[in-house]
Amino acid sequence: MSTPRMYRIEPDALNELIQSLRQQHYTVIGPTPRGAAIVLDEITSTSQLPIGKTDEQAPAQYRLKERGDDAMFAFSAGPHSWKRYLFPPVLKLFSSRKNGEGFQISEELPSSDHEEKYALLGVRACDLSAIQIQDKVFGGGTYQDPAYVRVRNQAFIIAVNCTRAGGTCFCSSVRTGPRARVGFDLAMSEVLDSEHYFIVEVGTDRGENVISTVTSRAAEDGEVEKAEHLIRAAAQSTGRSLEPDNTREILYQNSDHPRWDTVAARCLSCANCTMVCPTCFCATVEDTTDLAGTSADRIRKWDSCFTLDFSYIHGGSVRPSSKARYRHWITHKLASWVDQFGTIGCVGCGRCITWCPVGIDITEEFRVIRETYLMKRGTNPNKE
Amino acid sequence: MKKERKPKLAIWKFSSCDGCQLSLLDCEDELLAVAENIEIANFPEASRLVVKGPYDLSLVEGSITTPHDAERIHQVRRSSKVLVTIGACATAGGIQALRNFKDVREFTSIVYATPSYIETLNKSTPITDHVFVDFELRGCPISKVQLVEVLSAFLNGRKPTTPTYSVCLECKRRGTVCGLVTHGPPCLGPVTQAGCDALCPSYHRGCFGCFGPKETPNTPSLAEYWKGLGMKNLELLHLFRSYNAYAESFRKESEAHEK
Repeated sequence: MSTPRMYRIEPDALNELIQSLRQQHYTVIGPTPRGAAIVLDEITSTSQLPIGKTDEQAPAQYRLKERGDDAMFAFSAGPHSWKRYLFPPVLKLFSSRKNGEGFQISEELPSSDHEEKYALLGVRACDLSAIQIQDKVFGGGTYQDPAYVRVRNQAFIIAVNCTRAGGTCFCSSVRTGPRARVGFDLAMSEVLDSEHYFIVEVGTDRGENVISTVTSRAAEDGEVEKAEHLIRAAAQSTGRSLEPDNTREILYQNSDHPRWDTVAARCLSCANCTMVCPTCFCATVEDTTDLAGTSADRIRKWDSCFTLDFSYIHGGSVRPSSKARYRHWITHKLASWVDQFGTIGCVGCGRCITWCPVGIDITEEFRVIRETYLMKRGTNPNKE
Repeated sequence: MKKERKPKLAIWKFSSCDGCQLSLLDCEDELLAVAENIEIANFPEASRLVVKGPYDLSLVEGSITTPHDAERIHQVRRSSKVLVTIGACATAGGIQALRNFKDVREFTSIVYATPSYIETLNKSTPITDHVFVDFELRGCPISKVQLVEVLSAFLNGRKPTTPTYSVCLECKRRGTVCGLVTHGPPCLGPVTQAGCDALCPSYHRGCFGCFGPKETPNTPSLAEYWKGLGMKNLELLHLFRSYNAYAESFRKESEAHEK
């Protein structure tokens, strides 16, 4: 399509959209307040959205707040990411039964006709980039992950552009947001001033078919511009940044930087950063047997490079110290990821900063190392 | 096919509350399978019948707190091919290891009418301080899922899958929102070994550290961070000094805040 198709829908029509998706047998996953945070779960109506709620985020800190208005998407990336649905935390790969001297593997699990057909509502630009990165990891290359590819291909994506910068995120510096560019079926921007409406951009024919089932009209230029202005303002008010260029040289040349010791003294090697990261894709495979030894299951679980077992080979763990593990994580995320997949593995969502129990900030750790690199090259980092 | 002899299982109790060995009876769904595949040869909580040793597998519950127990554990070891300790008492000295930080004679003189009847050691110590232990299963109490896993691994001649990483991985897999970050109660999850499937945080409680220190626990960093948030030394001492008070890193951390 040449010019993006833009519609205006009212908040009530968003509910029509959810119902329409449900009628098309989608399980709609969206943000919903639960306890102390806005999490992702199945929603069946807009009343379950975090209406009038927002979050305040800082390193190791997340607080849910009331806004006192009707905003539905006035919050930032929360504790859950969409990878829970595309790359489930625990997945049974197969069962096997003893069969005489050998064994027989059951039908592949989960069987594809029982797999969920998800509509992901409220995917932020950073998370949209994260999904595209995981598409390369699981769906690209010679060996594809069949479970991921099946669920992913069926997923309907409704992005939501950010009109407010979160306390720990930095998408504009890593060029992933706050505006969703590609990879969505529909992308919405919420406008709430004298009126409350959504500008909906259509990304695919599938998106066009769905939006045609709800009450809408073509958006006027002024309405679109109002939304664009809010997105630009969000980009300008971002408090953190991570400079994504030359990350490979910077990190590869600084594996002995004293900063690794400083951060290792703080790092708990608890793995929270990797669990909340929307691009971290590591998993372990565990086999369990029943007591009689007649059947065995193979189960895949989210794993982390922060565990000792992760790098355990004959003779011991390759990365016994927290220093080695933290350095490995950030070096993979920002440098060797480029060698592997062509982009850095960080999308600037800020989750690893918010959900680190001691508030380690990836942007700050990288900034210190980058400064040393620039200093050695004779570039003043403040004037650069 | 020749009918093979079922492996003989014995359960031994030292200083403990019996909660861990009762986890075996708690297995319910798996109990019949256990009984089908294992001869329960010595399990006073379930049956008075005691089959003579030697035993293929011994599960040892409890810590060593008396001179008599310090002798008896050697007999248990001699009669066992494989010895597995179960629970925080057997692997770290248990809650009764709180005595290790104080003078036991002072306690007995206050508590008992005739303290001279009490024959007890100054310290409550884990089984591994006394005899060779083949495998340690953590928890206060142990997880029945992990117990079945250990039995199943033993019967099938494989290594049990009992991860030594933090509780946080289990919390995040479950999708539980972190209490530490959302102003919930103090939580030892980031320094505690997984195995309970992050039970307490899923009920909005902090982790109490029942499964003891995880691999490479960084307790000083967590304590330092909490101090920065205004936590007092006494609170820190109490957090680290509970069910696994005498496990090395928890012991050192509680001692660091002893003032």
